[in-house]
Amino acid sequence: MPVATMLLDVRGVTKRYGGLVANSNISFQVGYGELVGIIGPNGAGKSTLFDLVTGFQPADKGQVLLEGESVTRLRPDEISRRGVARTFQKLKPFTQMTVVENVMVGAFQKTTVPARARREAMEALDRVGLADKAEAHARVLSTGQRKRLELARALATQPRLLLLDEVTGGVDQRSIPALVDLVRRLHGEGASLIVIEHNMSVIMGISQRIVALNLGEVIADGPPAVVGRDPRVVEAYLGQAYVA
Amino acid sequence: MPPVARWPVVRWTGAGTLLLLLLAFPLVFTQPHPRHVVITIFLFAMLAQAWNLLAGYCGQISLGHAVFFGAGAYTSTLLGKYFDLSPWIGMVVGAVVAVAVSQLIGYPVFRLRGHYFAIATIAVGEIVNTLMINWDWAGGARGLFVPIKRPDSLANLQFHQSKQNYYYIALGLLLLAFWITRKVEVSRMGYYLRAIREDQDAAASLGIPVAAYKQRAMALSAALTALGGSFYAQYILFIDPDSVFPTALSILICLVAVLGGIGTLWGPLIGAAILIPLGEWTRIYFGGTGKAVDLLIYGALIMLVSVIQPGGIMALAQRGRRRTG
Repeated sequence: MPVATMLLDVRGVTKRYGGLVANSNISFQVGYGELVGIIGPNGAGKSTLFDLVTGFQPADKGQVLLEGESVTRLRPDEISRRGVARTFQKLKPFTQMTVVENVMVGAFQKTTVPARARREAMEALDRVGLADKAEAHARVLSTGQRKRLELARALATQPRLLLLDEVTGGVDQRSIPALVDLVRRLHGEGASLIVIEHNMSVIMGISQRIVALNLGEVIADGPPAVVGRDPRVVEAYLGQAYVA
Repeated sequence: MPPVARWPVVRWTGAGTLLLLLLAFPLVFTQPHPRHVVITIFLFAMLAQAWNLLAGYCGQISLGHAVFFGAGAYTSTLLGKYFDLSPWIGMVVGAVVAVAVSQLIGYPVFRLRGHYFAIATIAVGEIVNTLMINWDWAGGARGLFVPIKRPDSLANLQFHQSKQNYYYIALGLLLLAFWITRKVEVSRMGYYLRAIREDQDAAASLGIPVAAYKQRAMALSAALTALGGSFYAQYILFIDPDSVFPTALSILICLVAVLGGIGTLWGPLIGAAILIPLGEWTRIYFGGTGKAVDLLIYGALIMLVSVIQPGGIMALAQRGRRRTG
């Protein structure tokens, strides 16, 4: 059996919606313990890429390999059980359930015992700093708290790879540093992450590598400092002001 | 707020008292009619509980549950009529048939979401109803008489002297439905079903095989509903497509659960305890006008519930408890 040196290997995936090419021949890799940031203007294909990796959309072409094994044709739940967890840009909390019950749903992936699922859910809530809200209904949470909830829910599945779609999107300015710290801490604990983020100072600060998309294509892939100065990235997304 | 630890005690004492009262009821009320009303309440509470498993917990609103009710009623009756099989065995086979039918229906229909699923289940119900009307071997539109067995015995599941035994069997079925629902509610499956109801994509992203769990909920719901159907056949001793397969029955099952509060353990019983006597009462007092009047009242009630308290009476009770607590 070949030993996979890469955790995730995306090979030339393409996705079309009618005439619109959302992802065109995209390739990139994520190593163990790496934090990869994905940037690009609206409509660049970032969320579509997440959908292809997690099985929510079938790729028209190309392959997604997890530790050397293809997950290209698998269903979202199968990919989740292989260790890929994700959050959604448009938040999807289970609003009729309490916070801890939300996270238990994730924890149940590894156990059938409710008491154990609850314990693990509490641990996950503790990690994201939401333990004090455990018995509250998910619908009363603020956007920032909901982001933490989704993160805890994903963590409770004990993933090998975590995909975060917009960590700071829609969150008020004061809550951003704590969320960023949280992601940094998770990475520090050894988690492998792919993060979509619009806030440039955030993504440049936390990522080891940046993949820049524009119109469904990868236009740059490299360390933040290099990608941030890439003329194509600057033109497509950052604007001259960022460089200056 | 009272100490949380006191609630389970209060709840279990309450449930125990209720059970004792229900057990004592036929000893106090010896006339057939009050017994019949309560038997019907039990039956519909049980059917609504079965429906609740699929619709309330898993969020798949079925308006075709009469299919499973009829499957139970027809299977046990046909097996009794043609093969002289015990109705108890017929009941179990009926449940198996209903599960098989539910999986056949579920496979294509579960691809649809929300209202489209509900509409598809109505269509399936109508198709099955029409098929049964035209199936001569199974009695066609004329229906079937359940072969009369003497003497009255539990083995024959027929009691011609008194309704008391029917009463306890119906209560037993209701308790079975409650027990299963409670088991599901507190287990992983209960969490998974609620997660699917809330958001299928989020559920799938957490590793839940959504389609498989919907099928499981459907199977469980269908099996319980079929048990109710077999019981009905043995109780009324006559079935025809119009009495066990109509869409009106599917809707009544749904109404009972919705009125009581879907997705809650006690909702179906509360709904049945209100709606069934109401139906009896309107039939007695407005009987001459046909069945339109009780349907009018059902309709008005449902509109009232959905406008004032979409969560049903259980949600109203919970809101009251929070306010006083």
